[in-house]
Amino acid sequence: MTLRFLKLEWKQFVRSASFGKSIALKIIMGFFALYFLVSFLAIGIGGYFILKKEFPASDPLQLVNSYLLFAILGDLILRYLMQTLPIMNIKPMLTLPIKKSKLVHFVLGKSSFSFFNILGLFFYIPFAIVLIKEGYQTAGVLGWLLTMILIIQSANFINFLINKNNVALVFIVGLFVILIGLQKFKIVDVVSFGGQIFDAIYVNPIFSLISVVLLLVLYWLNYKQLRNQVYLDEAVAAKVEEANTSDLSWADKLGDVAPFIKNDIRLIWRNKRTKTVFLMSFLFLFYGLIFYTMDAYKDSLPMLMFASLFVTGGFTLNYGQFIPAWDSAHYKMLMSQSFRYRKFLESKWVLMVSMTTILYFLSFPYLYFGIDIFLMITAGAIFNIGFNSLFLLYAGSFNRKRIDLTKGGFGNTQGTSATQFLVVIPLMLFPMLLFWVFNTYVGYNSGFIIVASIGLISLLLKNYAMNFIEKKYIKDKYAMINAFGKEA
Amino acid sequence: MITLDTISKKYGKAEVLNVPSIEIPTGESFGLVGNNGAGKTTLFNILLDLIRPTTGSITTNDIVVNTSEEWKKFTGSFIDESFLIGYLTPEEYFEFIGDLRGMNKGDVTTFLAQFNEFFNEEILGKKKYLRDLSKGNQKKVGIVASMMGNPKVVILDEPFANLDPTTQIRLKILIKELIKNKEVTVLISSHDLTHVTEVCERIVVLDKGNVVKDIQTSTETLKELESYFSV
Repeated sequence: MTLRFLKLEWKQFVRSASFGKSIALKIIMGFFALYFLVSFLAIGIGGYFILKKEFPASDPLQLVNSYLLFAILGDLILRYLMQTLPIMNIKPMLTLPIKKSKLVHFVLGKSSFSFFNILGLFFYIPFAIVLIKEGYQTAGVLGWLLTMILIIQSANFINFLINKNNVALVFIVGLFVILIGLQKFKIVDVVSFGGQIFDAIYVNPIFSLISVVLLLVLYWLNYKQLRNQVYLDEAVAAKVEEANTSDLSWADKLGDVAPFIKNDIRLIWRNKRTKTVFLMSFLFLFYGLIFYTMDAYKDSLPMLMFASLFVTGGFTLNYGQFIPAWDSAHYKMLMSQSFRYRKFLESKWVLMVSMTTILYFLSFPYLYFGIDIFLMITAGAIFNIGFNSLFLLYAGSFNRKRIDLTKGGFGNTQGTSATQFLVVIPLMLFPMLLFWVFNTYVGYNSGFIIVASIGLISLLLKNYAMNFIEKKYIKDKYAMINAFGKEA
Repeated sequence: MITLDTISKKYGKAEVLNVPSIEIPTGESFGLVGNNGAGKTTLFNILLDLIRPTTGSITTNDIVVNTSEEWKKFTGSFIDESFLIGYLTPEEYFEFIGDLRGMNKGDVTTFLAQFNEFFNEEILGKKKYLRDLSKGNQKKVGIVASMMGNPKVVILDEPFANLDPTTQIRLKILIKELIKNKEVTVLISSHDLTHVTEVCERIVVLDKGNVVKDIQTSTETLKELESYFSV
């Protein structure tokens, strides 16, 4: 039976949208996953030696131990935000002759192997091996490693017990902050206290049995809780949220693009993924801080230009690259309605331009870093408004991947294809290159002027470009309907 | 008048639709019947220019559907749930479609008022998004939306499926009301022989993409269809 479950899981994985069709995407996703694993592996292997070199006075294991408490709490917070129990998968099996207890064990067991639990191992295991090689007691290190693995697993199950309970989150975050505060203001030495706990496990590996008991208790609690909730109106129920309707009649002033604008605002606000994109664009505002404050980039003007484009371009880039796939679920309906395609495209354009403008106004505090940085941001904003908005609309006509808006937000790659990666070249590299060429060979201000002029020229040619883009969309209509109709 | 001229659709070598020639006069209620895979939805999708036919063309009120888009102004349709916008409430959806069909807020409210009975207090003012409505209630929204803006042609794919018995009866009354003045052409596909014979004056039976029957509805029609499908 378990084998059969595993076969189903394998099919789900292999046939899922993110694994499926596009080779380019597969390679890039694989690359990212590999990157994470390799970085953790590298820290695991090299960690010991780095710590030894940087802090010759203290013991690397004790150093790691002293911060583990914070790592565990941080892990719990991250899990709370990102990890959910895949309980819905068992819905089709509820009526089949399979014991409910078996289903629950399977769901819980499967969660043990989630990415969150695996990633940590890539640090702890090599770190432990290095420790043994460096002459630490084998039994002690193994006991320590076992405890780490069990704590990761326990965190996994604590997260499901909390089950998106906001009070619990406040508690954990509160604890986290208080511990940092206690340490910072030297009221209690949390670091050495936490260190002592884990040091003790190394000295007496037998203590690791405590975490075995902890894990068993947590698993049993999870099992108890879930077993009673395997009903369609409880754990397995899809959540229904109450509609929050706000008056958007102010948008009517925008004329005949108004219905689409209103629709887009609702689209962004009422779906997880689009909401993430929207909120992230405000985070991008701070992107510049990383570059402008680091000495390494002070003299690398093209890199600063790159950052400046991001400051105001967060929304345009992240939202624009999936036009019109955001509307893929009801694309068929739109295509059977009577309106000029232009209006649909125009509304997306208005949205991108308004957001870029708002973000530009919000970026005024960057004046603090001097007029040059501010000019760069201004040039970047003009480029985003003029060139990037139109270019993304055009690139959108190559989108052939459906986006299911009901699926989660962060880290969701649905709708991503090679288009998204190719698009970055003209969007980001082209202005960087232009800036660099003019800056190096013509003179300082010409860099800003050329980037801003490209934006202005594109803006002036907007009508002409829109005609061209509209034709392309109409030409590709059937291919898009067909592609968007396929389940993602 | 809608004219289908030798419409066929092939996917690779498999032919899913092959209709020689059908004329649907203005004001006719036209029923399309057939088992799964008979080509009903494909035909409707071609009628709405959502799929291109391999051969042939469709003309509706002198407009060839895949060369001009003017037909959209007088054609209302509901094919499946993908015609709904899941993250809108029913009110917002009606407002959106109304906007596209040149109705202002007041027009939409007046228009919706006549469907109070059909909605059975399950649609408006429920503070629910369309994606959270039941299949049947979603269908009600889609059917009513297809009738917005005084369309001359209404195309409904499987309108009776998923509806509760009361709503099925109300839908039949609604369709009969629509065709009363012989101004609106209604095209309906259905698996339910009783319903379709009741509301349609003419019934075409598709089988594996081919037209096997084209009959004017009479008292004998239901029996004839039942015996055809009982094989």
